[in-house]
Amino acid sequence: MPLDKPYMDIPGTVIFDSDMARKGYHVNQFCMSLMKPENRERFLADESAYLNEWPISDEQKQAVLDRDYLSLQRLGGNVYYFAKIFFTDKKSVAYGSSTMTEYTEKEYMEMMVNGGRPIDGNRYIGEKDDG
Amino acid sequence: MAKLTAGITTSHVPAIGAAVDLGKTQEPYWKPLFDGFEFSKKWMTENMPDVVFLVYNDHASAFDLSTIPTFAIGCGESYQSTDEGWGPRPIPTVRGAPDLAWHIRQSVIQDDFDLTTVNEMTVDHGLTVPLSLLFGQPEEWPCLVIPFAVNVIVYPPPSGRRCYELGKSIRRAIDAFDQDLNVQIWGTGGMSHQLQGPRAGLINKDFDMKFIDDLIHRPDELADMPHVDYQRDAGSEGIELVMWLIMRGALDAEIREVHRHYHVPASSTAVGHLILENA
Repeated sequence: MPLDKPYMDIPGTVIFDSDMARKGYHVNQFCMSLMKPENRERFLADESAYLNEWPISDEQKQAVLDRDYLSLQRLGGNVYYFAKIFFTDKKSVAYGSSTMTEYTEKEYMEMMVNGGRPIDGNRYIGEKDDG
Repeated sequence: MAKLTAGITTSHVPAIGAAVDLGKTQEPYWKPLFDGFEFSKKWMTENMPDVVFLVYNDHASAFDLSTIPTFAIGCGESYQSTDEGWGPRPIPTVRGAPDLAWHIRQSVIQDDFDLTTVNEMTVDHGLTVPLSLLFGQPEEWPCLVIPFAVNVIVYPPPSGRRCYELGKSIRRAIDAFDQDLNVQIWGTGGMSHQLQGPRAGLINKDFDMKFIDDLIHRPDELADMPHVDYQRDAGSEGIELVMWLIMRGALDAEIREVHRHYHVPASSTAVGHLILENA
């Protein structure tokens, strides 16, 4: 019997479940390697070469090179692992989060100061026209 | 005998730790958040525990995907702050309470909660930010800490019910410990927040307020709330709130709300904080 995934109809949300963790295992462990200063240096010196040492897909590699976190999340990545890249780039977690939304970092921070993204219209896919 | 006297909840956003470490707590962005902890810091000095049993989650720091313990109890003698990418936080070494921790471990496992035992690990902002919020910047932390890490990152975390019942088991273990110790239990993380995907930035104050009220007055009903309700209404990372139920399970049925603080935002997160005393 397939697993019950009642969270699949939440808009704009990927739950880091077993299937995603399986898919993203190596790319997340690559992120984890950036916890070590010497790895951060090596990665920044030649990102492609460093990524080629990891058994990750070309799509995942390209998403890392592009810092395309929205795609990377759909390819099994998780924000707590992305944070290792954010910090390598000297960026904040809020900045990283903002890149996955429709907003610039500044607009995103303004939204947060004004109380955040409202829940109304954001519970179910299809609730809003822009789903 | 050891006595569990109070429970505290607080969010544990990493940017809060950075604000403390960089001396930014009085800046306009941060001041309202920290003002809500002024009462709490004073209350702590008057109600200082010997040991804090601190429920938190590790954020890909001590545990990555290579090992994912659902519940891990720290039985070690001390823990250093993790280097999360900006260098370890400039804070004192966290001193463990191995005698009590080993005791709780055995009691709780015999009670059918199969914990992972950890003696060597670093502790990240999940554990150290709550210490900074409640104790400020002392030379040494004023009490011992038992780190208790819960997996809330790789779905599924334990259910609310499981957490609540585990809290009760931890309480039974503390009550049976043969040393005169004042013990507090802290539940950390939350409240509503989502850090990833197009819905990032989600905040749900109504959910958070109801969660607090239910936690205090109707915890047994709250324990049955399914994961998807947390995810849908409090955001994908809001599911951290199940950890507050471990704290609640360890407290008496009847409790007294001493202090409540709620502030939006700290970075992308709604910060909630409670002090609850056994009545």
